[in-house]
Amino acid sequence: MTLPDWKTVGGAAVLFGLAALLPYSGSGYYLGLGITIAMFAVLATSWALFSGPTHYISLATAAFFGVGTYVTGLGFEALPYWTLPLIAGVAGAVLAGLVGLATLRLSGVYFVIFTLGLAELVRQIITWSQNRSGQKGLYVLTDMTEAGIYWQLLGLAAAVFLAGWLIARSRLGFALRIIGDDETVAAHSGINTALAKVLLFMVSGGVAAMVGAILAPRFVYIEPSLAFAPILSFQVVIMALLGGTGRLWGPLVGVIPFTFLLEAIASNFPNQTTLALGVAFLVIVYLLPRGFVGLIEDAKARMRRTEGAL
Amino acid sequence: MKRRTLMKLTAATSLALSMMHGPAFADAHVDPIVIGAVAPKTGPLAGGSTVSHWPNIALWAGQINARGGLNVGGTMHPVEIIEYDDQTNPGETIKAVQRLATQDEADFILAPYGTGLNIAAAPIFARYGYPQITSTAITDQVAELSAQFPNMFFTLGGSKGLAEGAVEVLVNLRDAGDIGSKVAMVNVADAFGIELAAAARPALEAAGFDIVYDSSYPLGTQDLSPVVKGAANAGPDAFLAWSYPGDTFALTELSQIEGMDVKVFYTAVGASFPAYYGRFGAAAENIIGAGGVNADSQAFQDYRAAHMAATGAEPDYWASAMMYSSLQVLEQAIEGAGTIDRAVVSQYIKDNAFETVVGTIDFDAQNNNASFWTVGQWQDGVFRGVASTGREGAVDVKIKTGWE
Repeated sequence: MTLPDWKTVGGAAVLFGLAALLPYSGSGYYLGLGITIAMFAVLATSWALFSGPTHYISLATAAFFGVGTYVTGLGFEALPYWTLPLIAGVAGAVLAGLVGLATLRLSGVYFVIFTLGLAELVRQIITWSQNRSGQKGLYVLTDMTEAGIYWQLLGLAAAVFLAGWLIARSRLGFALRIIGDDETVAAHSGINTALAKVLLFMVSGGVAAMVGAILAPRFVYIEPSLAFAPILSFQVVIMALLGGTGRLWGPLVGVIPFTFLLEAIASNFPNQTTLALGVAFLVIVYLLPRGFVGLIEDAKARMRRTEGAL
Repeated sequence: MKRRTLMKLTAATSLALSMMHGPAFADAHVDPIVIGAVAPKTGPLAGGSTVSHWPNIALWAGQINARGGLNVGGTMHPVEIIEYDDQTNPGETIKAVQRLATQDEADFILAPYGTGLNIAAAPIFARYGYPQITSTAITDQVAELSAQFPNMFFTLGGSKGLAEGAVEVLVNLRDAGDIGSKVAMVNVADAFGIELAAAARPALEAAGFDIVYDSSYPLGTQDLSPVVKGAANAGPDAFLAWSYPGDTFALTELSQIEGMDVKVFYTAVGASFPAYYGRFGAAAENIIGAGGVNADSQAFQDYRAAHMAATGAEPDYWASAMMYSSLQVLEQAIEGAGTIDRAVVSQYIKDNAFETVVGTIDFDAQNNNASFWTVGQWQDGVFRGVASTGREGAVDVKIKTGWE
């Protein structure tokens, strides 16, 4: 690795180290916000790993997340706790692999519709098996603390950033960028486009399932309507796009302001939350068409121009 | 120019707001007791919470402040309610409870709405030591939950009790010679419907009933007529539907069209809504359903009148009164303990019995209210309790005679 690489990795490590100190602030409120930020940072970043370069919009996050919560819900009494996120990751990746093989040869709107239906499909399968067995919700009663959940999410975030950074510098990342620019050209250049897309989709699906597995003890009670809530898929897409998917850190700069915005809306407009949210979306799309990444890069470019003028 | 107009507007608005708040806090020396409330105002559960949850909070706070506030150790403190919408999302419920505990520094927080949202919030209530008196959480895991969250209380009962209550009504009718032993049963394939059906099946078999039709349908299905036709063709004496509000209405309507010839017609959630009688009128007579209250008691009559005067809407005959009774428990515990110290108030709730709109609530060692209504019946336009686990005022159940 070159010197700038070490600087990037070192800088990221310092930032993660600082973020890991949050539970010591003693404020349950900010820790709660920290968990929300960490959760959406992982989900949005892993989503953008796949959807950023390929431009395939996946609405399957809720499906993978729900599968993960069910892995913890079903397994936490029988298996050691640390194995659950890993099993969830494998389960999510396998599901993503199956879905990917079936659908990633499709393009555009077909893929979007299928991923949207996936969460509902898995949810109906679970409901059906509950109806057969008479078993209702699952109770995940553990002594896991909020700080423990936060650190797990933070660790997962670090892993996702590292993976994303490595993928971007690998042949796979290069192949995906070409696919995103022009899939026909990519195929003609000898790239196995289906394989590349499925692999990345598996990473994204596995990570979302791990997030679900980690968060299950926080919700305590797991039932299909809560675990597979479709709103989650949309929130992830909106946050990632608000940040910008062209950079690895793009979704993160969308997630942080968005979480504070949601919090401000929820606490100040308890009776018009949805309305205020809609207005906020309109304003954001109108003022920041390229997301926060665009804003930051414009500012950088202006600074460079100013320096040049001097 | 524009800015000046805006400033005038702002000034006028804030003046108006301060005038609106004025009378409630007339005595500036007394701090209000801050009470947090989190429940759906949007999302899938908003329909239920806007009928049986939020109106009770408005009614209760209005009543307390009208009489000068809560009497805490001889001083009257008005209550101030801070409301948040959790959008039927457990993550939002957790965040809102945390916000109430740490940012708003609420003295007490009312239990959220529904089973999943209440249980999701339980760890936060426990961490900050808030008593959580649930009125809409239905669980058969009371022992485990109260062991982990010692200040969590349960008033609505469990699905086992509700299902067995319905079976008990059938047993009594059969023993009296009013019905035979053929039962048709359907359930909505979703959480509560599944659990009720699972509890009812063995209870029916143990009581010697013959389940001639047993089927389920997905939540939100548009066409329930195959289910109703199938049940009707099986020629049952009693029809039991472990249903949710949407399908409760649809099943009743289709059974009416089909002219299902049964002597007992039961639908679960939604049968106790005033809108149910409003929709079906005389055809709803003698229909039985989950819930019920002692509708003829003076306490309920007074509550119903106050609810209508304060909110302009009728309370339903099950969850509304349960929700209001949980507020009465909190009110009496604060005044009885004479403090807003949450540990003392929680202990007071465990140690004492409370007179409420649904009768006496006395929590057992597992923080459970073991006496609750299980079955009610529409009689002369009122949904009266006909079976309970230890409530007084049950009326005799009547058999259904046609759909006119």
